[in-house]
Amino acid sequence: MSEVLVLVEHADGAPKKVTFELLAAARQLGEPAAVVAAAPGTADKLADALAAHGAEKIYIAESDDIESYLVAPKAEVLAGLVREKAPAAVLIAATGEGKEIAGRLAIKTESGFLTDLVDLDAEGVGTQSIFGGGITVHSRVRAGTPIFVVRPNAFAPAQQPGAAVRESVEVTISAAGKGARVVDRQQEDKGDRPELTEAQIVVSGGRGVGSADNFGLIEKLADSLGAAVGASRAATDAGWYPHQHQVGQTGVTVSPQLYLAVGISGAIQHRAGMQTSKTIAVVNKDPEAPIFELADFGVVGDLFAVVPQLTEEITRRRG
Amino acid sequence: MKIVVLVKQVPDTWSDRTLRADDRTVDRDAADAVFNEMDEHGVEEALKLKEAHGGEVTVLSMGPERTSETIRKALAMGADAAVHVSDEALHGSCAVGTSAALAAALRTLEFDVVVVGTEASDARVGALGAMLAERLGIPALTGARSVAVDGQTARIERQNDSGYETVEADLPVVISVIEKINEPRYPSFKGIMAAKKKPVQTLGIADLGLAADHVGLAGATSEVVDFAPRPPKQKGEVITDEGTGGVKLAEFLAAQKII
Repeated sequence: MSEVLVLVEHADGAPKKVTFELLAAARQLGEPAAVVAAAPGTADKLADALAAHGAEKIYIAESDDIESYLVAPKAEVLAGLVREKAPAAVLIAATGEGKEIAGRLAIKTESGFLTDLVDLDAEGVGTQSIFGGGITVHSRVRAGTPIFVVRPNAFAPAQQPGAAVRESVEVTISAAGKGARVVDRQQEDKGDRPELTEAQIVVSGGRGVGSADNFGLIEKLADSLGAAVGASRAATDAGWYPHQHQVGQTGVTVSPQLYLAVGISGAIQHRAGMQTSKTIAVVNKDPEAPIFELADFGVVGDLFAVVPQLTEEITRRRG
Repeated sequence: MKIVVLVKQVPDTWSDRTLRADDRTVDRDAADAVFNEMDEHGVEEALKLKEAHGGEVTVLSMGPERTSETIRKALAMGADAAVHVSDEALHGSCAVGTSAALAAALRTLEFDVVVVGTEASDARVGALGAMLAERLGIPALTGARSVAVDGQTARIERQNDSGYETVEADLPVVISVIEKINEPRYPSFKGIMAAKKKPVQTLGIADLGLAADHVGLAGATSEVVDFAPRPPKQKGEVITDEGTGGVKLAEFLAAQKII
């Protein structure tokens, strides 16, 4: 059976959840083979978790060059493996970087790629939710080695042990791949909150929240649920919450188990980023707000009364 | 400094967007055609670079004839000249084919900096800047929230999943920008009048040395198998808060086994 390459995403010495999801998706198409393209010493920390989630192989491509230069080195590593191992497909997480890697890899390997997949079947047909979630599309790649860029939370991770046979890959990055030099990295302190795109629960605040200070209410509610915090464009444009938390068009797309929209009217550009959430709950004082059309449960009311009560009740129930 | 800025005309997010039943490409007649938002910020950033360093700004766009509206707007904002890549054979191009055509057009131009929007609001692929850099063999500084050029070095700040990073590269370079980078200017009346006289060169695939079976639907590396409107969501329960809204919402979450 052919291998299916999965580019590993990791943070703080552990694979991100989306990598386990991609390993599960890869299993449908062939033998999952994890690709760790990272700084030296990373694969040792990730290997056990990758093995527990179905990696039959782990390609270890470690070099300081991969962290020191933007995007291009990872695409070079993958292109080398595609040429050498002739995999059935390559799976990459649908992050900003993942999409760029996919685009570069497609050119290097004369292949096609599909982005933002919310599903992928054993025949290599991918499902996309386009135009703000209004249209569902089935697509396939018809050139080269198919590259599938899959959204977090599209697949359930599988607890399925894999052989995880390690193979070192020599990393030689071309001069062109070293063009964009990372000179500084600033980590944002996110506390204990999960990453927005990976979170099972997302609590988002919008225009109705009214100020940066009031986002404290949203954070408290999020923390009571172990949720990530999102924000509408109105809130990030106003500077009330950082842009990397923006959900919707020009921001991130999330697909959690629960999306709780607080003080968000639900303009199309926001819906584009959250419409595929499994359950949607809404708090908004305007009964005409379009976000209610998406709500599984909605409360028309003042968020400054409803949210603290909700936070307290959740905390009480969770004991 | 020679700057090329890429712009795209897209179906308006606020109108009813869909695909064509016949060839499953974007239905450009179904929705209003507008300037891709991030590209307006790209034009603004290109103009700022010109104001800081001198030189000229050339607009580059690919699309059907109607794209000239978007090109004229970029010229009215202050760009100096434009290249319109337009050819029936390009209809239905995938991202890979689009990058091939635009890279070929860029090879006909002189540039120090190529500015693109990080993503277009219709396809939202978000890879064009990287793909152009890949094809041209030059660095890509992507997702910029700020840009500075000093001598032969460009430096950006970019957002990533866990914070921000500063990245630099030597010119020539592709820079992709996000919408938080600036406030695009409105075209002035003078600018609109001047735009009518600015040169717009139209290039077809023969001018770019591209074969018809390598671009467009015929050369697309991926294809839409089928599509359908998302079924309308069954409306859920909506209550009005009369003092216990928060508790009732918690009860719903408990019933869903979320808490």
